[in-house]
Amino acid sequence: MNALILSAVLGVVMMFSGILLKQKSAIRNLAIAGILLLLVSNILETYGTVFFKVNTEGMMYFDRFALFFNTIVLLSTLLYLLLTARDMEKVGVNYAEYFALIFFILCGITLVSSFKSLLILFLGIEIISIPLYILTGTDKRNLKSNEASLKYLLLGAFSTGLMLMGIALIYGARGTFSTEGANLVTDKPSALLLAGMILLLFSMSFKASAAPFHFWTPDVYDGAPTVFTSFMATIVKAAVFIAFIRLFDEAFGTLRSQWQLWIAVITAATLFIGNITAVFQQSVKRMLAYSSIAQAGFMLLSLYAMNTDAKEGILLYVTAYSFATIGIFAVLAKMNDYTFDGFNGLAQKDPLLAGSLTVFLLSLAGIPLTAGFLAKFYMLKATVATPQGLWLAIFAILMAAVSVYYYFRVIQAMYFKEGDAKAPETTPVFRWTLVILAALIILLGIFPDLLLHWFYF
Amino acid sequence: MIPVLLILLPLLTGLVTFFIKDEKTARSWALLASIATLAVSLLGLTVMNDATHLAHKAQWLQTIGSSFSVKVDGMGQLLCLLTAISFPLIFLSTWHSNYKKANNFFALMLLGQAGLMGVFVAMDALLFYFFWELALIPMYFLASQWGGEKRIKATFKFFIYTFVGSVLMLIGILYLQSKTPDHSFALQSFYNLSLPKGTQNWVFWLFFVAFAIKMPVWPFHTWQPDAYEQSPTATTMVLSGIMVKMGLLGVIRWLMPVLPVASYQNGDMVMSMAVVGIVYASLIAIRSDDIKRLIAYSSIAHIGLMCMALFAENKSGMQGVMIQMFNHGINIIGLWIMVEVIERQYGTRKLSELGGLAQKAPVMAIFFVIVALANIALPLTNAFAGEFLMFNSLLSAKTSYLYAILFTVFAGLGIILAAVYTLNMIRKIFFGELTALTANAQDIKLNEKLVMGIIVILVFWFGVYPQALLNITDELSQVLVNKMEISHLLRKQ
Repeated sequence: MNALILSAVLGVVMMFSGILLKQKSAIRNLAIAGILLLLVSNILETYGTVFFKVNTEGMMYFDRFALFFNTIVLLSTLLYLLLTARDMEKVGVNYAEYFALIFFILCGITLVSSFKSLLILFLGIEIISIPLYILTGTDKRNLKSNEASLKYLLLGAFSTGLMLMGIALIYGARGTFSTEGANLVTDKPSALLLAGMILLLFSMSFKASAAPFHFWTPDVYDGAPTVFTSFMATIVKAAVFIAFIRLFDEAFGTLRSQWQLWIAVITAATLFIGNITAVFQQSVKRMLAYSSIAQAGFMLLSLYAMNTDAKEGILLYVTAYSFATIGIFAVLAKMNDYTFDGFNGLAQKDPLLAGSLTVFLLSLAGIPLTAGFLAKFYMLKATVATPQGLWLAIFAILMAAVSVYYYFRVIQAMYFKEGDAKAPETTPVFRWTLVILAALIILLGIFPDLLLHWFYF
Repeated sequence: MIPVLLILLPLLTGLVTFFIKDEKTARSWALLASIATLAVSLLGLTVMNDATHLAHKAQWLQTIGSSFSVKVDGMGQLLCLLTAISFPLIFLSTWHSNYKKANNFFALMLLGQAGLMGVFVAMDALLFYFFWELALIPMYFLASQWGGEKRIKATFKFFIYTFVGSVLMLIGILYLQSKTPDHSFALQSFYNLSLPKGTQNWVFWLFFVAFAIKMPVWPFHTWQPDAYEQSPTATTMVLSGIMVKMGLLGVIRWLMPVLPVASYQNGDMVMSMAVVGIVYASLIAIRSDDIKRLIAYSSIAHIGLMCMALFAENKSGMQGVMIQMFNHGINIIGLWIMVEVIERQYGTRKLSELGGLAQKAPVMAIFFVIVALANIALPLTNAFAGEFLMFNSLLSAKTSYLYAILFTVFAGLGIILAAVYTLNMIRKIFFGELTALTANAQDIKLNEKLVMGIIVILVFWFGVYPQALLNITDELSQVLVNKMEISHLLRKQ
């Protein structure tokens, strides 16, 4: 509740900061201070200090899972802003508004991580989506950015329609929006309920860019300014997954036999399309777009398995994935040339940058000693433990082996190929944050309990 | 304490090496570090050779049933010793090679050593998997950065091959873990499993493909000649001398005792693959003009024989393989050192461009001939005892009598072919007319003499007194063979 209200207030504050503060560095520092405030207030709430007592009529429930997830999101956003806030200046003139929109998105994220009612879920998803449509189109003079924004809006509206339809059908079947107690319905679900569930499944798959609902992803991620792609592909995606899991665990947990096969097919398709298409990309940014689809496939495994390992694992997974991807995008935003060849010889020019980038890529590829490995490990462990999950796990792991190909192309370019990649200009804060990020990834890769321990006690 | 030191020492010294800018200092530091590791390994063999020092267990990832559990058993002793001996020898023999960014080179070598040590001592499946991959990453970087012209492609093929194998193994590990009653990754829990026949069969292949790629066994070998050829020779020594032993160790420690029924049932299949590999690789070796490729193929043949002897499933085979892993490592590193000297001095690895070196470089010729003969297991050299035991085991293999005879005959054919290509290689390099490249040849330098001297001493020592190695491995091989005794299991089903 702390983070929810404060983030909405901070969004408004940031909107007016553009008028009141003339210096861009002041706006930036205000935003970073705001995130810190959110982070602290959320951690305080975890330990019982609630600033705002609001009666939500059982529509929201701030449990450990939700609060812990909020902490992860806020921490990732803090790192994200430290790394890329400076680069947002290059996007356009409305510097303060970008931060305002980001705070509004955070507000939406706190909604979807703790909903107990389908209405709140809908509100959260919309509060996340609408600022995103704007952020995608912020590069106003760029045709690609405009195209991406329009495409995102149209398709997003369509999936919103599906979601509303689904919610309406479920309301019809159950007579309530609440996900609480929904598990009591066990035998013979009505056709209305099932149809609603399938519609929700589709619309959530769309938001999570799972195949075959992924077609918007590459274009939108490619067209949006890189600094915002980073936010979209990591933190927002993580939030959608948490909502996805909460929804299917709480509202449709007992209907598992009905949706598990659907999820299995969607997972396999997402893994296949994401990985195979990423292999053929020439631009690192587009490769990352497909890689985010591929990683979503892995995250879907947790939905398929839906046991304790899966729920712990998804937290680790979104952390590992967000940290690594934020790091890569932060460097990418500073590069002039987005092709693989643009990275040729970067290790010679800037060993530190190349070194941290290597850690991020190894983590995404799932090499041991990085957080990415343990994240994948948890997903696979959860999947293998289910009765029929073994083949899905084997398929997923083979696809992970494919992913090594495109992640390592960047490493090869940086280290083994001769070239004259220009080392981007960086500030000390940027470099330190990057190193801290890489260190965190390795630390989590050796002692994941550092993160998961928080979840338990 | 010993196993922890064996891992930590190279790991920490390796990390430090990244920050040593001066090339000379980095080189000396790496040599010093590797000698310290050797000292620890020798301590473990002699003074501290007891259970309390050789095992260590610490908490790690408790929530998912894994622990940092390491132990040096008989096989671990030999392989750790091999790793510990090899690195100082490699550093010494390449003392005069110039590497750009030498500090990174030595740092990665030491990190690789840490990974290898970890694989040899890990007693927890997840830990084993961790080190299995960790040993691979530094080697990949070494080979891709300092290798030959076509290095990027060749080493990437190597990486992808082994990565695919190891992720399949990961699924196998996860599956076995989910079947253990205490949901633990400990080796002992895996040993206590007795899975039904059908399950064992497909889990067997998940594991075996990973190990077969690493060894490599035909038809999973195609990455190997390219990778050996394109890697810098110091890395090739690690790859072929030590790293291939990871695959054999995997079969011995993690596959056969865990899935005894499947190992027995698939034994014929695996042995057939290995025997095809022996003959095939030997025939290619005969036709090879490049020394590196020739030795690479000869290595496939040797490893194939070891793989066969394992699946004979008796004690002499088990023990033969264990001591042969050590001896093969020593011999092949000796051969690679000679190749590296030849390549560095004369700028070629082609047999057709070499000749008459015995006149110009007699010391080198003597050393080369000794290690080459050791490589084909002449009596009184170290490889003889192991090879004898392995052939002994093949004849008394658990397969049908006809198969046993057939396998032995074909494997024996491999030995004859080995003599053909080895002697042919010696003839072409050291005898005959001098060529344009070898006309002004010089003999090997002091450091190389020193290294080769040590290797030759080891060759003869363990050739005359193999009992030293047999004593170390005796108990363990008996224990493992007992675990594979499956007649009662078969009856139960």
